[in-house]
Amino acid sequence: MTDTPTDTKYADTHEWARLDDDDNVVVGVSDYAQEQLGDVVYVELPEVDQQVDAGAEAGVVESVKAASDIYAPVSGTVVAINKSLEDTPELVNRDPYGDGWFFAIKPDASDELADLMEAGEYTEFCEASEVGE
Amino acid sequence: MPFIPHTAADAASMMAVVGVADIDELFDEIPPNLRNSDSSFNRGGGEPAAAHAEGMSEMEMLRRLEECARADETGPCFLGAGSYDHHIPSAVWDIASRGEFMTAYTPYQAEASQGTLQLVYEFQTMMAELTGMDVCNASVYDGGSGLAEAILMAVRAGERRSRGRSAGRRRSVALAGAVHPLYVDAARNIVRQQDIEIVQLPHGDDGLADPELLTHLPEPPAAVVVQQPNFFGLLENVDAVTDQARECGALTVACVNPLTLGLLKPPADWGAGGADIVCGDGQPLGIPMASGGPSFGFICTRQSLVRQMPGRIVGRTRDLDGKPGFTLTLQAREQHIRRAKATSNICTNQGLLVTAATIHLSLLGPEGLRNVAAACHARTRELVAALDLPQRFGAPYFHECVLRLARPAQAVVEALAERGILGGLALGPYFSDLDDCLLVCATEKRTAKDIRQFADALKAL
Repeated sequence: MTDTPTDTKYADTHEWARLDDDDNVVVGVSDYAQEQLGDVVYVELPEVDQQVDAGAEAGVVESVKAASDIYAPVSGTVVAINKSLEDTPELVNRDPYGDGWFFAIKPDASDELADLMEAGEYTEFCEASEVGE
Repeated sequence: MPFIPHTAADAASMMAVVGVADIDELFDEIPPNLRNSDSSFNRGGGEPAAAHAEGMSEMEMLRRLEECARADETGPCFLGAGSYDHHIPSAVWDIASRGEFMTAYTPYQAEASQGTLQLVYEFQTMMAELTGMDVCNASVYDGGSGLAEAILMAVRAGERRSRGRSAGRRRSVALAGAVHPLYVDAARNIVRQQDIEIVQLPHGDDGLADPELLTHLPEPPAAVVVQQPNFFGLLENVDAVTDQARECGALTVACVNPLTLGLLKPPADWGAGGADIVCGDGQPLGIPMASGGPSFGFICTRQSLVRQMPGRIVGRTRDLDGKPGFTLTLQAREQHIRRAKATSNICTNQGLLVTAATIHLSLLGPEGLRNVAAACHARTRELVAALDLPQRFGAPYFHECVLRLARPAQAVVEALAERGILGGLALGPYFSDLDDCLLVCATEKRTAKDIRQFADALKAL
């Protein structure tokens, strides 16, 4: 059973998104996603000040056996990236909701987060895709 | 069991489904002159294949094949232009032909084949040392596909840098001076579907690239390609081209002959910052000319661009018991995993030829490679002196040179061929203003007698 904290929202492409104290949206990949990927060996991040649209590619996460795009869960401007992933991409596996965060977006509108899934909904979503496999 | 995948009945039922009457109709879109026929069996004289419909004995077949093989025999070869007649130590193909190496592919369960992986690791290490670059991939098809992949890679790297800023998107690549026309053809064919424009900048009257022209392009290119030695065999001022490319914010793609790197400055040291991507054809490293192929291509680059490089890298690691071992890395960007977003749609590499090249390089060593390169240069100087024809371009050359014949070169090449001499490449078909020009090459294999034979034959024409 994977960890799905209730203080974040989830996209169907397995990113999590959480509002921080400065009202920026912090983005990472879920525990379920990191487990599916296996050992993460490289993370390609967007650049600070880059404009991103909700649902658009904003990075790539690469493991030994797979590479997946990271999509921006909300539209806005990238205000921070987790530079420590450059040298220690394994943080994504070790602490997906904490030190393994990817980037933070200053959202254009505050209500886009509401479109994402709650933890319970996301857990069901993951279980459904397991069955599908 | 004969290796015939389907019977006549199988073929007939398949053709009925697709709605064609016979095999000829199925292959109708292939021009007739490219199709296999009786005539290809009939090379070098002899009865057409149809006369042997009942089959041949082994002795008859051997005799027939020997006749065919004799049709390929020539006297001394002064043809280069991308494929070179170098000496290949007998040990190279003796070792490469061992059963353990006998596959063109890196195996599907790669880590089970540690020997193959170690060989690719050694290949990549040698190529990285030769070019001075950080990394090398496990090979691509040939020089042309290598150039195409280098261009695609440079454009991708530019997109990566400018992601989200449409103003910064660069979709053109400039060829500074004379790059091998067949490489350029192959590259155009591969990249044109991706909306990438290849801009050819003219070479100067000295046969060299003019870096100044890069500043006059309507839009800045993603990359500048320069070949060293260039297609005419001349030594480009690669430092100036590389510096000017950097000035324009473009990457430098170096297309090189790996043999010449025994003597020439490695691309990593070109200009102030070095070339960014190095590609080329590996044929001079132990691969026979074999009527033009197969060969292998290579791509080297700096660490910062490695995620944009197509193909795979073999890395050295340790297993659970701490023992050294080899493993495939970077393959997550390949087509079987990344699908449409793979770094390349070419999934294969030239494993067997890379095996030969790795053995060849390890037998020669740095000094041997340097000696071969120096001998080629010396032989070509002797050839140019002996032929006593004006050089079309004044710049220094490596082991090929463009000579002016003052008559159509193609006719001269054909007349020489009748005398058993491969006299070089007539440049007219590639450069309309060089119809009277012949690109000649002398490798370390050419003797003083060969050169005299060529000079005498040319005078007698």
